[in-house]
Amino acid sequence: MLHPPELEHLHRPDPDARPVVEMRNVTAGYNKSKVLQDVDLNIMPGDFVGLLGPSGSGKTTLLRVILGAVDVQKGEVRVNEKPVRGRNNRAGYVPQLETIDWNFPVTVEETVMMGRTMANPWLPWYRKHEKELAYDMMQRLGIADLAKRHIRQLSGGQQQRVFLARALASSPDLLLLDEPTSGVDLKTRDDVMHLLHDLNHAGVTIVLTTHEINAVAVHLPRIVCLNGSIVADGPPHRVITPHILLEVYGAEMPVIQYHGMTLVAESAHFWIDRNGGEPLATIPDESHREPVIPHVHPTTANVPEHHHHHGNSA
Amino acid sequence: MALLEPFEFGFFVRAIIAAFLVGGLCAFMGTYIVLRSMSYIGHGLAHAIFGGAVVSSAMSFNFFVGATLWGFLSALLIAWTTRKNPIGSDAAIGIVTTASFALGIAIISRKHGFTHDFEAALWGSVLAVERADIIAIAVVSIAVAVVFFFAYKMFLFNTFDADVARFYGIPTAWMDAIFALMLAGTVVVSMRVLGVTMIAAAVVIAPIVARLLTNSFVKMTVLSTLIGIMCSVTGIYMSYFINVSSGASVVLLSAVVFVAALGWSRIRRHLSRSPAEEPGLSRLPSGSVD
Repeated sequence: MLHPPELEHLHRPDPDARPVVEMRNVTAGYNKSKVLQDVDLNIMPGDFVGLLGPSGSGKTTLLRVILGAVDVQKGEVRVNEKPVRGRNNRAGYVPQLETIDWNFPVTVEETVMMGRTMANPWLPWYRKHEKELAYDMMQRLGIADLAKRHIRQLSGGQQQRVFLARALASSPDLLLLDEPTSGVDLKTRDDVMHLLHDLNHAGVTIVLTTHEINAVAVHLPRIVCLNGSIVADGPPHRVITPHILLEVYGAEMPVIQYHGMTLVAESAHFWIDRNGGEPLATIPDESHREPVIPHVHPTTANVPEHHHHHGNSA
Repeated sequence: MALLEPFEFGFFVRAIIAAFLVGGLCAFMGTYIVLRSMSYIGHGLAHAIFGGAVVSSAMSFNFFVGATLWGFLSALLIAWTTRKNPIGSDAAIGIVTTASFALGIAIISRKHGFTHDFEAALWGSVLAVERADIIAIAVVSIAVAVVFFFAYKMFLFNTFDADVARFYGIPTAWMDAIFALMLAGTVVVSMRVLGVTMIAAAVVIAPIVARLLTNSFVKMTVLSTLIGIMCSVTGIYMSYFINVSSGASVVLLSAVVFVAALGWSRIRRHLSRSPAEEPGLSRLPSGSVD
C-alpha cells in the first residue's frame, strides 16, 4: 500500500548494518535528577521499537536523549555513529497532538514544509524539489488534497498524518513519535498504527513511546520496557510477562495468551474481584505481592535476535 | 484646505512618517508576539525600557543604544529568572519590568527638571518626534525586515512550536535572543511616538485583527502590518484635530477597528455553513472538527 521511493535510501538490508542509535551506559536527566540510569540500547536500521512504561519511567526522556535535547550525565549516545551533540541529529520527531497550537494560522502544506526548514535555513522560500518531495509525501500519506486547509480543519487521523509528513519531509534516518496514539479515538489509533507498520515495511526505522500495552505495544515487533532503566527488551511474547510487567509497573497484571494474541489485564485487582476472586489467568505467585525485585534482568530478557531483525522481514 | 493644514508643519510631517514606520513595525513584530501568546512581554518591556531610557539620560549615554541594551538585558533577565527558579514567566515579567520602571520613576522624581521630557515617553507625543527619531525607526525597521526575510522559515517554525523546532535543528535559543533584541529596539524607537503605556496595544491589536480575517501566516503578517500602519497614521492625523495625545488616539482607533473586525468575523461565522472553514480564534478543545 505504501512504498515511498524517497524512503528507499533509509532501507538498509545489510546484515552488517551499524546501529542507527547506540546508547552505552547512559545516565541522563534534567538538572541534577537522573531520569534514566545505565541504559544500554541499540536501534538497528529497519527496527520498529515501542518504549513501554508508566508515567515518569523515562520514555520521553529517552526520545529526547536520542534527539540530543537532554543532558547526558554519563555514558555515550551515538546516532548514525556520530555523537549526539545538540542539534546535529537526523531524526524526524512527531510530537503529541495535544501539544499542538491548533489556532496557529498554518495550512497543512506550510506545516509539512517546516520539516525542510534547516535544508536551506537562510533561504526565504523552498526549492522546487523540496516542494515536490513534501507533496509526494503528502500524497502517499493521503493528505495531498488537504494541502491548503488550515490544520484545525482535519480529523484526528489526518492531523497525525500531517505531523508524520513533516517528520518524513526532513529525510530522517529514524522516526521518533511521542505517544502517537494518546488522546485519539480507536479508529485513528488503528489507522496510525497501520500507517506506521507500512512505513516500517518501506524501510523507516521507528521508535515510539506508548503506555498502551494491549492496543499498541503487543503489535510491535520489539518492545523496550522502561522504568528508569531498561527492564526488558525483545519481542512481545518474550517481554510481556507478569514478572516483567510487575517490575515495570509495580502492579500485578495477568497475561493471557488467546489464539496467538497476548492480552494483558491492565487493572488486575478490579478484574479479579469481578470474577469472585478467582483469577482466570496466570498471575505472579503470592511472594510477589510485596514490593519485590523480580528475577528478570535486562540481559536475560534481552533477545539477541533483534539485531538481525529488519522491518521488511517483520 | 483644512484637512491638509497639519501637513504645513514640519513636526507633523515628521510625526506622520514616524507613525507610518512605527505602526508597521510594531504590528509586524506583534504577529510573532501574539502567536506565541507573549502579549504581556510587549507591555512589560515598554515599562522596563522606560527605566533604561531614564538611566541612559541621567548618565548622558546615547538614548537609543542605552535603552535598547537595557530592554534586551531585561528580556534575558526574565528568561533567566524563569529558567533557573520555580517562577512563572508572567510573574518574572511583572517583577523585572516593574522594578525597572520604578527605577526610572525614582530617578525622575529626584531630578525635577526631568519630568517634562519624559512625559512624552509615557504618553506619546507627536511634538517630540525629531529627525534622529525617524532615522532610528528606519534603521530598526530595515534590520527587522532583513532578519525576518532571511530567517523567515526558522522564525515560523520557532513561533509555531519552539520545543519541536529545537529537535529539527533550529537554533531556538538564538532565535529567541535575536527576537528579544529586535523587540527591544522596536519598543525603544516607538516609545516617543506612542508612549510606554500605549505600545502594548499597538503591538497586539493589529495582529489580532489580522488573525480574525485570515488563516494564513503570511497573509496575517502582511495584513497586520498594513492595519498597523493604517491605524497609526490615521490615529496621529486625527490627534491633531481632536487634540488628544497621539498614543491614546492610535490605540482608541485600533480598538474600534478590533471591535469591527470581531463583529465581522462573528457575523461571517454565523452565515457560514461550516464554521471551521472560517478563520478566527474559536477554541475547539480537541483541535478537530469531526
